[in-house]
Amino acid sequence: MSGGNTGPVVGARGLGSFLLGIATWIITLLFFFPVFWMVLNGFKEEVDANTDPKLFFDPTLDRFSEVTEDTTGLLSFSEAFANSFWSVLISTIVVMAMAIPAAYALSIRPVEKWRDVLFFFISTKFLPIVAAILPLWIIARDAGLLNTRLVLIILYTAMNLPLAVWMLRSFFNEVPKELIEAASIDGAKISSQIRSVILPIVAPGLAATALLCVIFAWNEFFLAVQLNPVDGTTVPVWVQSNVSSRGNFLAKLSAASTLATLPVVLAGWVAQKRMIRGLAMGAIK
Amino acid sequence: MAEVTYKSASRIYPGSEIPAVNALDLEITDGELLVLVGPSGSGKSTALRMLAGLEFVDEGSILINGKDVTLTPPQDRDIAMVFQNYALYPGMTVAENMGFALKQQKVPKEERRRQVEEAARILDLTEYLDRKPKNLSGGQRQRVAMGRAIVRSPQVFLMDEPLSNLDAKLRVQTRTELADLQARLGVTTVYVTHDQVEAMTMGHRVAVLKDGILQQADRPRTLYSEPKNRFVAGFIGSPAMNLFDIDRVDGQLRLGSMTVPLSASTDAALESTSGTSFGFGVRPEHMTLTTEGGLPGEVIVVEELGSEAFIHVKFEHRGSDETIVVRTDGETAIDRGDFVNVTISGPTHVFAESGERIG
Repeated sequence: MSGGNTGPVVGARGLGSFLLGIATWIITLLFFFPVFWMVLNGFKEEVDANTDPKLFFDPTLDRFSEVTEDTTGLLSFSEAFANSFWSVLISTIVVMAMAIPAAYALSIRPVEKWRDVLFFFISTKFLPIVAAILPLWIIARDAGLLNTRLVLIILYTAMNLPLAVWMLRSFFNEVPKELIEAASIDGAKISSQIRSVILPIVAPGLAATALLCVIFAWNEFFLAVQLNPVDGTTVPVWVQSNVSSRGNFLAKLSAASTLATLPVVLAGWVAQKRMIRGLAMGAIK
Repeated sequence: MAEVTYKSASRIYPGSEIPAVNALDLEITDGELLVLVGPSGSGKSTALRMLAGLEFVDEGSILINGKDVTLTPPQDRDIAMVFQNYALYPGMTVAENMGFALKQQKVPKEERRRQVEEAARILDLTEYLDRKPKNLSGGQRQRVAMGRAIVRSPQVFLMDEPLSNLDAKLRVQTRTELADLQARLGVTTVYVTHDQVEAMTMGHRVAVLKDGILQQADRPRTLYSEPKNRFVAGFIGSPAMNLFDIDRVDGQLRLGSMTVPLSASTDAALESTSGTSFGFGVRPEHMTLTTEGGLPGEVIVVEELGSEAFIHVKFEHRGSDETIVVRTDGETAIDRGDFVNVTISGPTHVFAESGERIG
């Protein structure tokens, strides 16, 4: 600030904060540009997309109808979308249903050795998924789960659960201890304490955690491509199927990628509305 | 309506050798307002939380109405608690906050509303029933916390420094209202505070704790006039009692150049003790300033309060400088640097070297 620290705070916006604002905008645009270009390419003819970058062109929806067209023998968009939708939705619900009690047991009434438990959760993430894929594949095959949605639901749940427990635990830690004590003195049982007192306070944290689970599960590619090569596979795999070995495909791929991105953006927008801080204000003091 | 009994109740925090509350024996009668007071770390809050069921009782037991509740979870103890920081549920309105406990007891909605409105009327909260806690002032939040407690008509009220977050003026006002409310409702109340003025003004009885050990539990008047030991003597009263280490020379206790006047009973009690070192205490209002006799000294500080004044007098005792505080009426003109004589005109307190009261 140009006025120094002792100067008036109101209205004292110096050159420093102006430059900082400019820098923020530049960085934001830098990150946003590739996404913008992808969306733009989706509305172009292949020729335009593959030649000199053009900002102005005749927009067309042809690429979108091309990629969503059902072709026999090939994975259709609607199938992939349904597979993705159900695996993401069910896995996220299961993750949240399991992570909330787990976070309670690790934060509000810490079980014995809770540090070890917490470390165990995250340790499951140490092994690269590539190293685990062969045993996973064999187990899935023996259980008759290859090429099913169920195998993805199970794996996405397992994949997101440690993260969700960690995140929720840190949100639960912020719930004032006295509130839970007050609720228990008021005669509330544990289920009622969680429902009526804790969850409303951690709602922004719940939304953030659920959103991350949705994003990770929606974008997951490796497991889907390995365990679900035929039917039952998901949107990321479908996007990749638009890459062809001959001819131009950039505009088509852009259109497919845009479609794949939309649900996540939508989920983010919905979650953001719930992620308003300060819900716990007025609880204490 | 209930009686509360602590029977040698102890709490030892894991990893700690010394109990936070050490074998507490205390009986609280029906309808009584008992204040637990002590410096920080004295175990007063822990003792309250043990009664609430929020803290484990490691040894001994706690009884409410003769029923052992040592292992009963807080949900089933039928108690209400007001927390220092109020702990209002942030997402609920004032009415929902106050009705939460009734809702847990499955009280029908209509009945719940009636009781909440009744409590709101007593506490002057009617117009705020639809507000969220964040839209209330500190004093209003404090009243909501009170309302949440009284709406249930519990067996026992527990209050953990409920006034410490209010400003000084509101605190004094609320103190009176609270004492009045408790008397009207007649519910047994355990009240924790570190403020001895609050303890003295509110408590029917006051229990003084130090290092987890109960020092004395008595009516305020008794605590003041007959403190059981040197700690209680110094803790209760504002300004504090003047306390000195003194020696017995030729059968007499000497403070500086003065022989301390003692009552006949104290004299008799002293006769039966050996030892030469004692603790001596006298309250500021039990002394007067004179022009001769007594204890000569020099005035170093004058605190004028209008209705009264506190004169700090420096004198020599056992070869070093000590200060004694004397209360005078605000009329007498005394300045720093004046030489005065301090005469003891009221009761005195003598403690053994261990701190126990002798007389």
